[in-house]
Amino acid sequence: MAPVLTVENLKAHFFIRSGVVKAVDGVSFDIAPGEVLGLVGESGSGKTVLGASILGLVDPPGRIVEGSVRLVGEELVGRPEEVLRHYRGRRVATVFQDPMMTLNPVLRIDTQMIEAITAHEKVGGDVARARARDALAAVGIASPDERLRAYPHQFSGGMRQRVAIAMALLHRPQLLIADEPTTALDVTIQSQILALVQALCAESGTALIWITHDLAVVAGLADRVAVMYAGRIVESGPVDAVFARPLHPYTRGLIDSIPSRHRRGDALAQIPGMPPSPARLPDGCAFAPRCPRADAACTVAPLVSGYGAARSTRCWHPHVEVETAA
Amino acid sequence: MSAPIIAVDNVSRTFVQPLDVAARLANLFGAGMREAVVTAVDHVDFSVRRGEVVGLVGESGCGKSTLGRIVAGLLPPSAGEVRFHGRPIRELADKPARDGMLKVQMIFQDPAAALNPRMQVKDIVGEAPVVHGIVSRAGIAAHVDALLARVGLDPGYKTRYPHQFSGGQRARIGIARALAVEPEFLVCDESVAALDVSIQAQVLNLFMQLRRDLGLTYLFISHDLGVIEHLSDRVVVMYLGRVIEMASTADLFRQPNHPYAQALLANVPRLATAKRRFEPVKGEIPSPLAPPPGCHFHPRCPFVMPRCRVETPALKEIAPGRRSACHLNDEPGRS
Amino acid sequence: MSVPFDLPTIAGPAAEGRLRRVWSEFAESRTAVVALAVVILLIVVALAAPLIAPQNPYDLAQLSIMDNKLPPGTRGFDGRLYILGTDDQGRDMLSAILYGLRLSLFVGLAATAIALAIGTVVGVVSAYVGGRLDAFLMRLVDIQLSFPAILIALVLVAILGKGVDKVVIALVSVQWAYYARTIRSSALIERRREYIEAARGLALPHSRIVFRHLLPNAFTPIIVVAAVQFAHAIVLEATLSFLGVGVPITEPSLGLLIANGYSYMLSGSTWLSVYPGVALVIAIVAINLVADRLRDVMNPRLRL
Repeated sequence: MAPVLTVENLKAHFFIRSGVVKAVDGVSFDIAPGEVLGLVGESGSGKTVLGASILGLVDPPGRIVEGSVRLVGEELVGRPEEVLRHYRGRRVATVFQDPMMTLNPVLRIDTQMIEAITAHEKVGGDVARARARDALAAVGIASPDERLRAYPHQFSGGMRQRVAIAMALLHRPQLLIADEPTTALDVTIQSQILALVQALCAESGTALIWITHDLAVVAGLADRVAVMYAGRIVESGPVDAVFARPLHPYTRGLIDSIPSRHRRGDALAQIPGMPPSPARLPDGCAFAPRCPRADAACTVAPLVSGYGAARSTRCWHPHVEVETAA
Repeated sequence: MSAPIIAVDNVSRTFVQPLDVAARLANLFGAGMREAVVTAVDHVDFSVRRGEVVGLVGESGCGKSTLGRIVAGLLPPSAGEVRFHGRPIRELADKPARDGMLKVQMIFQDPAAALNPRMQVKDIVGEAPVVHGIVSRAGIAAHVDALLARVGLDPGYKTRYPHQFSGGQRARIGIARALAVEPEFLVCDESVAALDVSIQAQVLNLFMQLRRDLGLTYLFISHDLGVIEHLSDRVVVMYLGRVIEMASTADLFRQPNHPYAQALLANVPRLATAKRRFEPVKGEIPSPLAPPPGCHFHPRCPFVMPRCRVETPALKEIAPGRRSACHLNDEPGRS
Repeated sequence: MSVPFDLPTIAGPAAEGRLRRVWSEFAESRTAVVALAVVILLIVVALAAPLIAPQNPYDLAQLSIMDNKLPPGTRGFDGRLYILGTDDQGRDMLSAILYGLRLSLFVGLAATAIALAIGTVVGVVSAYVGGRLDAFLMRLVDIQLSFPAILIALVLVAILGKGVDKVVIALVSVQWAYYARTIRSSALIERRREYIEAARGLALPHSRIVFRHLLPNAFTPIIVVAAVQFAHAIVLEATLSFLGVGVPITEPSLGLLIANGYSYMLSGSTWLSVYPGVALVIAIVAINLVADRLRDVMNPRLRL
């Protein structure tokens, strides 16, 4: 099946007074219809900018300097704003960490949802209201008719996120980009949102890009995972394989840092040092200064190399010995 | 094990928002408006022994942060008392501070907000020991250097300001500041929550090392069960101001007793799990302004009984060293 | 296992001094830079007045009553050129304006500095202590601010009498409230931050927490208020002097000069009032432009 989204060598740079911040520096991946891709990275990895770039939402002083984003074959980079607006909401939707980025605090929920519907479809107010009501019910909000007339501040954090998801899925988009939507939520509420998104995406065949720093969430939710570091994808592949037998030293270091994997009381394996500032990336492999396997070869930026079964990594010294051939 | 160094004795804390003039006027006309009362901490009782790490876990509105501040002496309880080495903490503020408040220090959540942006690191760390006479003015430079080195920071950067450091380094500065006054007990309030995973590992290792080197005791507050499991000897689980279960870490994570604890552990995403269907507990966390009567968890509990709606379950010992507040434990045949 | 050493990230903007950053943003507006240059020029000129003024306008021995009301550019009795003319006493207008500017700026600066000190202390203590003290002080501030400044000032100088020091007292009494209110808002926000909690946890004395921790971090908005109030103080003093209740006649400020020359406006000797007026307007506009730009630059930087 043809992929829903193909990103090729995407670069989004920010031009500020003190230099160029290469937030996204050559990212390529694709995602099949109905697939769930986990995009994992720590702060400064560029994952949020990547999500924004796909939708053309990078504001000055940043812009996309190179690369292509193709949604079902149609190129999005460089298209005028009116065209992109047609795609947003209809074909590609987003959910953010802070639902108040999606919801307008001074408008009632029904106003906002009806507006979202009629922006892309010519339907009457009653039809739109009925659809809004159904969407709220589908995300598990009790008494949807009453809730339609409420304002965002009258909802709890988890419920606001549900409304944001409902609005995102109103037009049954082909792709949903979720940027850390559950990071600020409690564990039990996060579970509810994850269950919800899982069910809805399965039902409507929407592909999902879930951007997060939490590997454990990705383990339970995603089919494939892409790990980002300093603006590039350093490893990608099926979730189980990547987490069980990581190729890239950074991925391995991340996994080893997570407390629950260790016996109590043992020191956690830690990655020394800190991620580089995106404003001053070193030449060559960005992870080399912190990598236990780095050597002279790493002064040249590694290229993407494949390792069977749809796995790939950017590393001159991946942990290949544990990966059996596909 | 030695005697408890911190005893939390039936501590409660309520926050009341008094009626303003308009509301009081309305009441004169029979509006019947009531003050908003939040019982953030509701009759909490536990103790911490020397050298222990007690993990305090719960979701929003459970009161763990409020309880942490009460234990650290930053907030007075509305009822009950906290005793440090047998003496009520509230007495300690009057005595020479050295014997009192300084022994219990807090490590805060947001490394950026926890440091004075206009002070150099050497002053942030070195201020309190000088003010309290723990170290002389002549010896403070060496003291600060030693502290910074102990938390893994290069002392050469002590003339810099907080904004010139990364999040992980700021967290270390906060720890150095607390250590500067030679405390015995640290309350860590979500101290690693704001850090990236790889930095979190560094800081957690630091906590463990300090515990070994300095013989510290911790109350570790977190919403992250993985961190709690890794670090704690015992765990206290809170829900809407009440303690609903207390057990050793091994016991709790192997076999949680209280339905909320079970739900919490079942819903924590684990790296080891394969892609799965999430089956969460239903319902929203109730607002602390209007907690459900009886057992606070009953609206969401899969095992709810009629008794749960009216009677608050007591925190009872169900096994040596284990306590749980659930009516199900009274039912015969419950393992 | 040893804990590794870290090096701080000294990346880009964070390494620049705050001051340098503020300045480079300030300097992006050419108008503001010109205005700042004007203000500095005026201050320098005012300070140097005794040295550069052609005559001391208050030394009666230097005046020549025969030279009174000469238009700008005429030569006097002894051949001296009066660039801006003379007033009804034969005073050289240029000198009078220089000295007048000196006094106006001095009064404005003194009043601003004292009001800032008093208002800041009141505001920050009020925010820290809270409760009844805070409520009482802020009611006082509210009452003060609900009266027009000029009204309060008039009443005060009527009670206190004329004189430069009385004027300063009156201006301080009017202006302290702005600083108090501004810094109280800022301090209330800062007071909730964790580093203040940490300071309390370290059992630091309250006075230390207020002045070493709270005040420096709440202070930034005051800078803009001070710049604006500086101009306001000058206008207020000029108004008082114009009405004849401000500075004494022996040390005229710009306001008093304008007042003196007012009666001659209709008879054509406009320069007696207009030139001091122009000097006053230039000073105030320049200060206001600087304050405006400062406000734009510093607002998003309320945090660092």
